[in-house]
Amino acid sequence: MVLDVRALTMDFGGLRAVDHVDLQISQGEIVALIGPNGAGKTTFFNCVTGMYTPTTGTVTIARPGSEPHNITRMRPHLITAQGLARTFQNIRLFPEMTVLENVMIGRDCRLSAGIVGAILRNRKTLEEEEQVVLDSFRMLEIVGIGKWANETAKNLPYGAQRRLEIARALATEPFLLLLDEPAAGMNPQETRDLVALIRRLRFDHHLSIFLIEHDMSLVMTLSERIYVMDYGKLIAVGEPAEVRRDPAVIKAYLGEDVSA
Amino acid sequence: MNYFLGLFVSGLTRGSIYALLALGYTMVYGIIELINFAHGEIYMIGAFTALILASVLSIAGLDALSILVIASLVAMIYSAAYGYTMEKIAYKPVRHSQRLSALISAIGMSLFLQNYVRLAQTSNFLPFPALIPRFTFLDLLPFRASSAQFVIFVTTAVVMILLTFLIKFTRIGKSMRAASQDKTMAMLLGVNVNRVISVTFLIGSATAALGGVLISSFTGQINFFIGFMAGIKAFVAAVLGGIGSIPGAVLGSFVLGWTESFGAGYISSDYEDVFAFAILVLILIFKPSGLLGRPENKKV
Repeated sequence: MVLDVRALTMDFGGLRAVDHVDLQISQGEIVALIGPNGAGKTTFFNCVTGMYTPTTGTVTIARPGSEPHNITRMRPHLITAQGLARTFQNIRLFPEMTVLENVMIGRDCRLSAGIVGAILRNRKTLEEEEQVVLDSFRMLEIVGIGKWANETAKNLPYGAQRRLEIARALATEPFLLLLDEPAAGMNPQETRDLVALIRRLRFDHHLSIFLIEHDMSLVMTLSERIYVMDYGKLIAVGEPAEVRRDPAVIKAYLGEDVSA
Repeated sequence: MNYFLGLFVSGLTRGSIYALLALGYTMVYGIIELINFAHGEIYMIGAFTALILASVLSIAGLDALSILVIASLVAMIYSAAYGYTMEKIAYKPVRHSQRLSALISAIGMSLFLQNYVRLAQTSNFLPFPALIPRFTFLDLLPFRASSAQFVIFVTTAVVMILLTFLIKFTRIGKSMRAASQDKTMAMLLGVNVNRVISVTFLIGSATAALGGVLISSFTGQINFFIGFMAGIKAFVAAVLGGIGSIPGAVLGSFVLGWTESFGAGYISSDYEDVFAFAILVLILIFKPSGLLGRPENKKV
């Protein structure tokens, strides 16, 4: 189990955005979290990545082959160091930095040389920095945007910006990758390429993938298990075929009890 | 012509000092969107530290140049410690509150530090020794500009180059740029944003202290209140250049320095401050984002 969430609850004032959600992801799985708008999916992501402190519940992660860590109240940069990375629904690159620099920032948490090294510029620091550049290039090649390495991030085409976000997340060396609506705004061809990329990442980099997505064809083809949320609660869990037939899910999406 | 050159150099000197201070304003604003009104006090504390050290060292019989170097370095370190502590005490606890809370906290910090120095030292003006030695090869404009003025300008230029290098090419510089563009995202990529903010305060305070030492040894006197006006002027310079932009702060500082110096030289020295603030009003009316600032993008 790489991610184990128990009874996670998040209140905003009187509003319960996430209500006792349990969720588990095993090593190498691709799991999707779906639900109508406002169901609490992104809030759930934010609780897992430490951007919000959940009201109650626990979040535990375990890098394959090592001990589980409780990350419930950890600060975001430490959670990232534990091996969990995410992307955002709306693209959040560092727009004024180059594509390569964007990825290099992600390597930061894996480096050992401190500020003293940065000032003294000793050999270890220089070697490490050289390695960072090489690693970052590799990440860009993996997602297929190596040719744009020295471009300013804001000048990239939309699909490439999405890929850059993934490359940057990979640079932090995660074992679990959280993707918040990775296909948002993509055309069908770009979406197909994205599916291929996600599958390749899982095999080549031994990643487990957890995604929020509205594009149902993507969710149904890509994911092995699906969690469905509505009004902050889990209403269904299962394989794509089961979830698709689940009356509660159909009701949540269509608003009517169509099975009756 | 000589008169013009004299004013030009005097503007350059002022501009250099403003630049050393304005850097701190603009860097801090770039990262945490706070106008650190206590920044001028750090400059004043730097000057006081150097004065105390210079007095001790001159008793020990060192020559002026080594006194200047040692006093500047110690003042920079000491003031950096002040800046670091100030951020931890007064700004970090209110970072997630409204912006107004942090601003009030900054004004409080400024008043506290002024009065602390007044009580711990004195409210009188103290003479400050001329620490910058005279280099004859820098006597480029005899009777119009002293070699000390050129020393100030050259020191500032060196600091600017080092800082540009730090921000463009080092890891901490990259983290600083990332944090100024999107703090949350930087944090999620594993950047320790608290550390980045601390480093920003350390650097800003050290350059401010250097400015304090240099200008005090040029003007020859200090008191607890010198940070107030210098701080406001440097703030004007930072806004003029586009707050948040480092090249902007440097450009704004020199524009402000020359405006004051030429205004005082050709019109009337009584109106020196009027020129500085008139320029602030004009920029706020006609180009609120500053000379090199980007128009503010509202995040969705």
